[in-house]
Amino acid sequence: MIPAPFDYEVADSAAHALSLLAEHGEDAKLLAGGHSLLPMMKVRLAQPALLVDIARVGELSGIRSDGDELVIGATTRHADVAGSDLVRAEVPLLAYAAAQVGDPQIRHRGTIGGSLAHADPSADLPMTLVALGGSVEITGPAGVRTVAADDFFVGPFETALSPDELLSAVRVPRGGDVPWGYQKFVRRANDWAIVGVAAYDGRVALASMGSTPLRALAVEEALRGGASAAEAAAHAADGTSPGYDFHADTEYRKHLARVLTKRALQGETG
Amino acid sequence: MEIKLTVNGTARSDEVEPRLLLVHYLREACGLRAANVGCDTTSCGACTVLLDSESVKSCTVLAVQANGRSVTTAEGLVAEDGTMSAVQQAFRENHGLQCGFCTPGMVMAATSLLAENPDPTEQQVREGLEGNFCRCTGYHNIVRAVLAAAGKLSGAEGAGASSEVSA
Repeated sequence: MIPAPFDYEVADSAAHALSLLAEHGEDAKLLAGGHSLLPMMKVRLAQPALLVDIARVGELSGIRSDGDELVIGATTRHADVAGSDLVRAEVPLLAYAAAQVGDPQIRHRGTIGGSLAHADPSADLPMTLVALGGSVEITGPAGVRTVAADDFFVGPFETALSPDELLSAVRVPRGGDVPWGYQKFVRRANDWAIVGVAAYDGRVALASMGSTPLRALAVEEALRGGASAAEAAAHAADGTSPGYDFHADTEYRKHLARVLTKRALQGETG
Repeated sequence: MEIKLTVNGTARSDEVEPRLLLVHYLREACGLRAANVGCDTTSCGACTVLLDSESVKSCTVLAVQANGRSVTTAEGLVAEDGTMSAVQQAFRENHGLQCGFCTPGMVMAATSLLAENPDPTEQQVREGLEGNFCRCTGYHNIVRAVLAAAGKLSGAEGAGASSEVSA
């Protein structure tokens, strides 16, 4: 499968990338690892006229501490997030989640910013950012704005990003000792979650249970009221309308959400 | 656009369309046929090559993204005198293949895995190869081969590793 023809520009800075976006508007797409965009282009679900390659822009990559947060550059690859001593020590949930994305080859190419901007409701990192209560830094013509994870994902494959903006960095709270759990139910290795659950410090996020990654608010409320993990997890599917496909129907997804939430709240990974 | 890169140790420069996939560049422009196009959807791993020594699926990399970098295919693991790499030898000695279609990708994924983790457990080998599908072997001999190669690379007797694998 061959993508439709496009022009290709290598950005040498974030400002250069933004100027190309300003010039070309919705005809342009940013390319980093390409592991969400290129598969869509190969099946012609996406046919951008211009790809702006930001993978070589140094200022968009890397991991650093900033007060009580870690800041991860948008083009930092999953393998680098998963293998980072800093992330493993300070935000172990994120390091674990990054290691669950795809497979080793995909983690050698795919980036944290790309995965979040793609906003697949079944993917690992959108759910994880919501559970962490993290945020994204968005750079645009008017400067930098920060958008909380809860407000960033607005629909399936749809985010708060405008066509002239660039997701430049990801912010997550430091908290090495905070209890967390992660559950991803798949039938095949390197697949997307049929249902996924990430739990972090009383916050619970679900994948594949709606059109965006969802907060399991009823679970969180039960936990605040002193409920046990098992009692709280019984509310995991409250208010959700998951889709159905050949992997699972709606009722089965709701069942999985309850079972997996209980395990995640008990600190289990899998 | 013009790209300059190193393929199996040889510097090249070629004029390519931006939409040319790395696997097609390797097979058609370079004449290197080890990397296979299997699923063409980033799933099966038959097109796995090394990009600066790390495994990638070359059906999901543009040739222009490899500009200025180094690419290694299974052909490039063979020494000039024809000697296969330890991983390649281990696949042959442990019958780590049947039809052979997935084998170049398996060998490259295993080479990258052992570069990152020279002494993996059986479980780590299985997880490290999760991006590569084999529809013939049931994976057991592939895992044996990678453990044997790890033994060779770390100086131990490769044959001893096979007994560690549970069926």
